[in-house]
Amino acid sequence: MGFYLRQRTIQSAISLLGLIVLVFFLARLTGNPADLFLPADTPQAIRDEYAARHGFDQPVIVQFGAYLMDLLRLDFGESLRDGTPALDYVLAAFPTTLLLSFWAMTISLTIAIVTGSVAAWHPGGVFDRIASLISLTGASIPNFWIAIVGVLVFSVWMRVLPTSGTGTPWHWILPVAVLFIRPCGVLVQVVRSSMLAAFASPYVKTARARGVRERAVIFVHALRNAMLPIITVAGDQAAGMINGAVIAETIFGFPGIGKLLIDAIMFRDFAVIQAAVMITAIAIFILNIGIDLLYSMLDPRVRHG
Amino acid sequence: MSSHLLEVRDLGVRFHTRAGVVDAVQNVSWHLDRGETLAILGESGSGKSVSASAIMGLIDMPPGEIHSGSITFDGRDMLNLTLAERRQVNGKRIAMIFQDPLAALNPVYSVGSQITESMIVHGVPPTEARKRAVALLDRVAIPEPERRFHEYPHQFSGGQRQRVMLAAAIAMQPDVLIADEPTSALDVTVQAEILKLLKTLQAETGMGILMITHDLGVVTEVADRVIVMRRGEVVEQGALSRVLTAPERPYTRQLLDAVPGRHGFAAREDRAKTETLLEVKNLSKFYGVTSGIMHTLTGREIRALNDVSLTLTKGEVLGIVGESGSGKSTLVNTLLGLTTPSQGEVLYRGQTMLSGDNRAMSKIRRNIQVVFQDPTASLNPRMSVRRIIAEPWAVHKGVLPRAQWRGRVAELLEQVGLSPDHADRYPHQFSGGQRQRIAIARALALQPEIIICDEAVSALDVSVQAQVIQLLKRLRQDHGLSYLFVAHDLPVVQDFADRVAVMQGGRIVETGRTEDIFERPEHPYTQKLLDSRPAEERERSRRKEIPA
Repeated sequence: MGFYLRQRTIQSAISLLGLIVLVFFLARLTGNPADLFLPADTPQAIRDEYAARHGFDQPVIVQFGAYLMDLLRLDFGESLRDGTPALDYVLAAFPTTLLLSFWAMTISLTIAIVTGSVAAWHPGGVFDRIASLISLTGASIPNFWIAIVGVLVFSVWMRVLPTSGTGTPWHWILPVAVLFIRPCGVLVQVVRSSMLAAFASPYVKTARARGVRERAVIFVHALRNAMLPIITVAGDQAAGMINGAVIAETIFGFPGIGKLLIDAIMFRDFAVIQAAVMITAIAIFILNIGIDLLYSMLDPRVRHG
Repeated sequence: MSSHLLEVRDLGVRFHTRAGVVDAVQNVSWHLDRGETLAILGESGSGKSVSASAIMGLIDMPPGEIHSGSITFDGRDMLNLTLAERRQVNGKRIAMIFQDPLAALNPVYSVGSQITESMIVHGVPPTEARKRAVALLDRVAIPEPERRFHEYPHQFSGGQRQRVMLAAAIAMQPDVLIADEPTSALDVTVQAEILKLLKTLQAETGMGILMITHDLGVVTEVADRVIVMRRGEVVEQGALSRVLTAPERPYTRQLLDAVPGRHGFAAREDRAKTETLLEVKNLSKFYGVTSGIMHTLTGREIRALNDVSLTLTKGEVLGIVGESGSGKSTLVNTLLGLTTPSQGEVLYRGQTMLSGDNRAMSKIRRNIQVVFQDPTASLNPRMSVRRIIAEPWAVHKGVLPRAQWRGRVAELLEQVGLSPDHADRYPHQFSGGQRQRIAIARALALQPEIIICDEAVSALDVSVQAQVIQLLKRLRQDHGLSYLFVAHDLPVVQDFADRVAVMQGGRIVETGRTEDIFERPEHPYTQKLLDSRPAEERERSRRKEIPA
């Protein structure tokens, strides 16, 4: 296991390096931040001074080298807007998104496992058909649409939920809903099909022939095998939450990493963009390693392979 | 009430499907007593497993429906049990093992926990169950049972997995053991060991065994009585020796007749003078074992093929026999150009087949075609039969002008015993045997000199198998074809091959004329293979029947 962890860490570090290169140069394709921060009629001398202060007068490759050197000291640079260290911004916003994703994922998985298992119990039955229809709809609706319609219905018409902010638990309902509906729809389908496969498997038949109780057949024999594909897809969906977070946080004014990222891109605040992307990437790498570990706990074939 | 331990009477089971009601079995009656072995023999679709599933309550209802008959076990009506009563019988008084032990064992639990489970669910305390499970593993001859108790199914060999299944099945000392094709997925030498173990366990415990199989060899090895089933009905039943020697029904006779290896050896001509088509010289294939993130070679290597040499002359059938892992698939892949060998040479009519010149190779390879084991997998389900058979002409341009494809497809279909009207149908509309005929027609499309049959009849029922071999024989006569006939068991090659090469661990351990191999095997492994054949086949080849 130690060997495996080391191997995965090295692979992740290589991917991270590629990501740094990509983000650094792509961010600079958006244009010169001086055009945004300084008034249009700013004299050239002041523009030059601004560029020199932030190192933008250097060739891009030199800027990149300097950035890398800073990174080695865990210095992600300062925000162009107010000089605060970029990392502080990111670390302040990160827990909000983490909590948002955690709730969305927990609700998704709980609903999906229960609904998918029950649907697979009687494939083609009434419950199965209704569950399939709803989950397919859920998996197909774009989340920005859910967000806008949610605000319209619950905040504007019914006036029961707030439109933005984080003050009370009520503030969390709409953003979590926007995040969980899509993954939940996808997961219901995955749970259903992997439970179906498990129910049809010879080992389930063998367990029944052995006189094992039906409840144990489902939860001991079928579910543990069915969990393997579910975990894979759930991991994917969790990693994809950042996409949803950008939309949900922007629409609901939620101070998470998604909103931070959008704001930073609007201002060409390079250091903050880079820091936000990298911290997110590291979180996703950790998530993936966690999933692999979970996988090897559940499946001995992975452990010994 | 009946006096038999287990009795099935007039059982009728049907399934409600979208296509309508399908009768799985009708009027099936049989009985089983303590200490005896009853075999249900039938080909695929005969309904041979249905009565066993009904006994164990394993038929999904719906879509299944038991519409008539009764099953009594020890005086108890098995079709009207509550779930709790059912659990008291399943695994405790009647146990069952299945065909594919890898699939039947839950991959995520240790074998020990699966054996103890079968005891714990019937009230044995866990510590006691654990002790007994280790003893059971020992009983079914798993070495180091204490240690292996904690291992997982994938860490066992195929034969060992079936032993583990057996250990779990006999844990509660059941009165009846139902074995549904228990050895079909295993190599012959392993099959012989499992059947022997079954008999020993039966002698010790006095349990009745219901053996469900498609394999007449297995039946003759273990059964006291036999039931022959076809299309959901019992064709014939009686004592084994009576059914074997004096079958009453034409279908039984046909089934017995179809079993390979019953017709002595292939009539042979002197082939010394004929030309050599294919020459394989010192062929080896090594696979390096890699490790680490950069997949560096460790210096260890797996020798899939080790110094293999053979020749094939015009019109000859060379049988290549080997169990799983013997290297026969690697050999086939190398001949087809799907694998590059590490060393050695393959010559077709004196020309190398291993040069890098793709255009020249394509021309040579045209003469060597292949028929694979599973026609369901080797025929593209979305292509019509016409497109499947014509595809080789689309690939090798200039062999046949497009205008003639239609007529030629019709001719080929007729040659393999199908109707030209079949050209517009799709593979799923055909039976297994018919699909294999389509695959043979495709192989014939380029008028090859050699056809490699890679387990081409292994997946087919015996009666279908016999028909396909008959077809291959006829095609050889009509077209002077040569065959490289790869198989995992000996009987199939016995009455078809002129010469046999026996492979083990990547090497050819023995080559010779078929008669010599079967009657005077020299290598110990060949002897072991021959001894592993069920008794009746051994007896038959000793009797040396005269070819009809």
